[in-house]
Amino acid sequence: MEICVCVKRVPMVGGAIMVTPDGLEVDTTMSGFTVSPHEECAVEEAVQVAERLGGSVTVLTLGPPEAAGQLRDMLALGASRGILLQTDGAEWGPMATADAIAEAVGGGSVTYDLLLFGNEAADTGGYQVPVRVAHLLGLPCVTGIKGLEVVPAGDRPERILASREYRGTEEVFDLPLPAVVSVKEGINLPRYPSLPGRLRAKRATIETIEPSWEPDGLRKERLRVPAGAGKKAQVLGAGTEAVPALVSLLDELGMLS
Amino acid sequence: MTVLCLIETDAGGGGVDASMRALAVARGLAGSADEELAAAWFGPAEAVSPGELAAAGVGRAWAIGSAELSGYAPLAWARALAGLAADPVTGSAADPAAGPLGGSGWISAIVAAATDHGNEVLAHLGAITGLPMAANCVSAARIAPGKCRLVRQRWAGSLIEDAVLAAPVALLTVAADAVPADAVLADAVLAEVRPAAAGEPAGGGGDAEVSVEVYQPELADGDLTVLAAESADRRSGVSLASARVVVGGGRGVGGPDGFAVLEELAGLLGGVVGVSRVVTSEGWRPHRQQVGQTGTKITPELYLACGISGAIQHMAGCQGAKTIVAINTDSGAPIVTKADYAVIGDLHEVLPALVEAIKARRP
Ligand SMILES: Cc1cc2nc3c(=O)[nH]c(=O)nc-3n(C[C@H](O)[C@H](O)[C@H](O)COP(=O)(O)OP(=O)(O)OC[C@H]3O[C@@H](n4cnc5c(N)ncnc54)[C@H](O)[C@@H]3O)c2cc1C
Repeated sequence: MEICVCVKRVPMVGGAIMVTPDGLEVDTTMSGFTVSPHEECAVEEAVQVAERLGGSVTVLTLGPPEAAGQLRDMLALGASRGILLQTDGAEWGPMATADAIAEAVGGGSVTYDLLLFGNEAADTGGYQVPVRVAHLLGLPCVTGIKGLEVVPAGDRPERILASREYRGTEEVFDLPLPAVVSVKEGINLPRYPSLPGRLRAKRATIETIEPSWEPDGLRKERLRVPAGAGKKAQVLGAGTEAVPALVSLLDELGMLS
Repeated sequence: MTVLCLIETDAGGGGVDASMRALAVARGLAGSADEELAAAWFGPAEAVSPGELAAAGVGRAWAIGSAELSGYAPLAWARALAGLAADPVTGSAADPAAGPLGGSGWISAIVAAATDHGNEVLAHLGAITGLPMAANCVSAARIAPGKCRLVRQRWAGSLIEDAVLAAPVALLTVAADAVPADAVLADAVLAEVRPAAAGEPAGGGGDAEVSVEVYQPELADGDLTVLAAESADRRSGVSLASARVVVGGGRGVGGPDGFAVLEELAGLLGGVVGVSRVVTSEGWRPHRQQVGQTGTKITPELYLACGISGAIQHMAGCQGAKTIVAINTDSGAPIVTKADYAVIGDLHEVLPALVEAIKARRP
């Protein structure tokens, strides 16, 4: 089973998020970079399927040259091939991103059985690249998946059963392969990279493509941190001495009646 | 022109909360350019009450249904909305060359809740029409024909983006916490959302009843390839998303065994336990208990965050809590600047003492 997983390099922001003075980017001078947990789970899922049914896992990202680092992180988890759709670091819109990915995975004659994505990019939260890629390739698609089962016919993977919980009910989708699926964190527990995995990832060659793009209709004007961030909590006390104050607070809030 | 809002209906009848919020933002958009507000849903005409629609300012409504379209099918839903937007009678574009929706020109925007269904359907709609789509909007206003000013969430709401969407038909989803739940239909909120026309609902709704038309979509081959089969059993018990009290535990809990006292406290307060990502990725607790950007968004009256540092991705999931109390050994932890109250101390000492004190008050 040939699987391609698409991931995105995003800043690893922790306690506070800061915006550059021009208001257009997240300030990353103090942060490292990572991929979204959704995407790490997508890679883990692909590696597990390949381990069970054979085949290989490709990881693909669209981003600046440094995004090769995130590809190597994913190669260390068990993917065997890395493709970088290299940009100059500018933020591409979802339509341009989908065009470039669809082109890179084979245009109309896709060679993968399954394309996996994270449900939404951690930073821009656009919720649409997988669906647009599916349409460009003429493939069935489902998003937000938390359970995946590959159903073989003979020695070929033929269908997948993809499930998710929605408003208290479980929804199950039965899709013919090839298909496009986006997954959410919780579908599995990603492994820690092994030492041999890391060494292999370090040596792996990353294939690089430089696609071109056009902006779409959604234009970012300014980023800002929501109002209300940066208030200061009222300290009720230290250690067990604070318990009486805590109990009165709970009482005031109507929690103890 | 008309702003069309997709309503997801509840098994018990009526539009779900998230859809009523989307409707409030759609109403704001309609009001910003004196446009009509219309609603559509999949299912029988009786699924949403005309009174509920009128109160939300809806002037026209469609129940979309056909024999083949019995369950949730994302592409079929998008196709049906595209047909309705092209022409509510024939369902087909009068002039396919004149633009993505046939240049019918009666729809200026299609709005849905930013749920798994709403985002998925609007993404399909964007793909089949070639239109851009903006997810997780908080508010929208028209600034010119074919142009909207949007405020939308990035990083699940840890960051706000001001943006301009240029498109003949704006496709938007509305963030779950864009409008406070208990105030969706209150005049105060509508006034805030749509300052120019507070008090007089868009689309001539008011107290008038809305007549619901039935729309039969014409589907294309393959539109029903992806169709949800729903399992009958619903999860029982209090859900994390709707719990009144959540007792949160993070890395500071120290291991799977440390959660017993959190469970006990949650039980005493009629709540449930929620956790940080460190806890689920260590395998101490299942992922469905995770609060945050890639977990569940919670909106309790009280969130008691124990041994949680307060990373933005965690706070994105609990900023809808009315009161946040943090228990942390580190007075410099980010959570201390984000909570309403804090106890500086070891949760392994504070929580057992708190449980005893609460038990002592009860007969
Ligand atoms: C794209 C992305 C998405 C993410 N999504 C989520 C998400 O959905 N949910 C989520 O939670 N995280 C998410 N994260 C991870 C997040 O950035 C943090 O790593 C995580 O929330 C930290 O968990 P924590 O607070 O339990 O651990 P830590 O940050 O390690 O904090 C532990 C805290 O416990 C305190 N402590 C230690 N011992 C004690 C004690 N005995 N008593 C009291 N206090 C004690 C410490 O002072 C510290 O403040 C995401 C990250 C990324 C990059």
